[in-house]
Amino acid sequence: MIAIVDYGAGNLRSVQRALDSLEQENVISSDPGQVSRASKIMLPGVGHFASTASLNRLGLQKAIMDALERGTPFLGICVGMQWLYQGSAESPATAGLGILPGCCDRFPAEVKSPHVGWNSLQIDSASRLFRGIESSNFVYFTHSFRCPVGDATVACCSYGATFSAAVEREHLFGVQFHPEKSGETGLKVLANFCAL
Amino acid sequence: MLTKRIIACLDVDAGRVVKGVKFENLRDAGDPAQLARAHSESGADEIVLLDISATHERRATLLDTVRRTARQLFIPFTVGGGIRTLSDAADVFDAGADKVSINSAALTDPSLITCIAERFGSQAVVVAIDAKRSETGQRWEAFTSGGRMPSGRNAVEWAREAESRGAGEILLTSMDRDGTGSGFDCELTSAVADAVRIPVIASGGAGGAADFVQVFRAGHADAALAASIFHYGYNQLAELKQELVRYSIPMRWPC
Repeated sequence: MIAIVDYGAGNLRSVQRALDSLEQENVISSDPGQVSRASKIMLPGVGHFASTASLNRLGLQKAIMDALERGTPFLGICVGMQWLYQGSAESPATAGLGILPGCCDRFPAEVKSPHVGWNSLQIDSASRLFRGIESSNFVYFTHSFRCPVGDATVACCSYGATFSAAVEREHLFGVQFHPEKSGETGLKVLANFCAL
Repeated sequence: MLTKRIIACLDVDAGRVVKGVKFENLRDAGDPAQLARAHSESGADEIVLLDISATHERRATLLDTVRRTARQLFIPFTVGGGIRTLSDAADVFDAGADKVSINSAALTDPSLITCIAERFGSQAVVVAIDAKRSETGQRWEAFTSGGRMPSGRNAVEWAREAESRGAGEILLTSMDRDGTGSGFDCELTSAVADAVRIPVIASGGAGGAADFVQVFRAGHADAALAASIFHYGYNQLAELKQELVRYSIPMRWPC
């Protein structure tokens, strides 16, 4: 059973519909016990970085950390990926999980913000999340803040400058784009995660 | 590279697609869910569903249509028409929309933009502006109520205000060009696109591929929307995208 974490933010239903179409058993849950026991965890998120503060308040942060320690595969989407970093310029008072180093920041002034639309990726061929997906494929983004490129980056995207579009470290995964809204390519990314 | 988006628009009345539809290559082209799926498969980057009836008794039909359309659609999905309150917007999101498009209600009460953006995020709020060129030339006025009522607002200034209140995108329709097939109003589009930092979707006047090239180059549009030209045949949209690739417009193609 895949737990889709409900912390009062994000378009959970569209993620659920994508998992349903892949015939993956799933549950939308805000219950720390249920999240902690899930075979896999997905953390969707659109909106403001500050909304991730409720993960701590609801006891979900601890549930996710416990599950990560036991090796449960985790996928953060959009703000759910940004949360893996130390923080974001969008809400400096809100601490991220800090598993990945660095903070999310704004796009350079010369490009429009938010970054909305379909962009291509430069994919690390060793990535498990992108197995069978080529760099020429496009995925759908909608975000105003971007994650820094680091050791865990497995896909980069270019908009004004290069940012981290996907991260992967052992059983920890994050994508800045919306796989549930990225057509066949996005469904393939989700299928790869489900198949882990 | 960020591509220019081609958005297919479905005008829906009482659960059926109504405007400019020829049913030739589809079993039931009048069904929004089926048509949205067909457009998605032929390469649409996004689907917009506009409820043109939007009367109170038909809201339930709309929500059912949104639900059915969203179920099999894995690209961004915007719903507009008759959204007047946060609660209307919440119902549409709950039924499966990723974004709402608001028009008249935002002009009447601009705080609605902020209200929806704070609850669902700016990326979920599209402010639609129906603009008509004034007789004196390089000036456009925003209209409400499906283009029936002049608002007295300058369209460019209104777009700027919508952005500052939390809109994530502007859907800009030229009333002068709408339904004419004579090309987008590139002067209007560039005037708005250059005045805001958020993406601008050009609408009204789409005829052939050259019109799209013009609105992306001279109009500085981030996306272009059309309704009727995509309904004529199953592959119309795919052919348009291939044509735009030949013009070196960045496109998501093949999809």
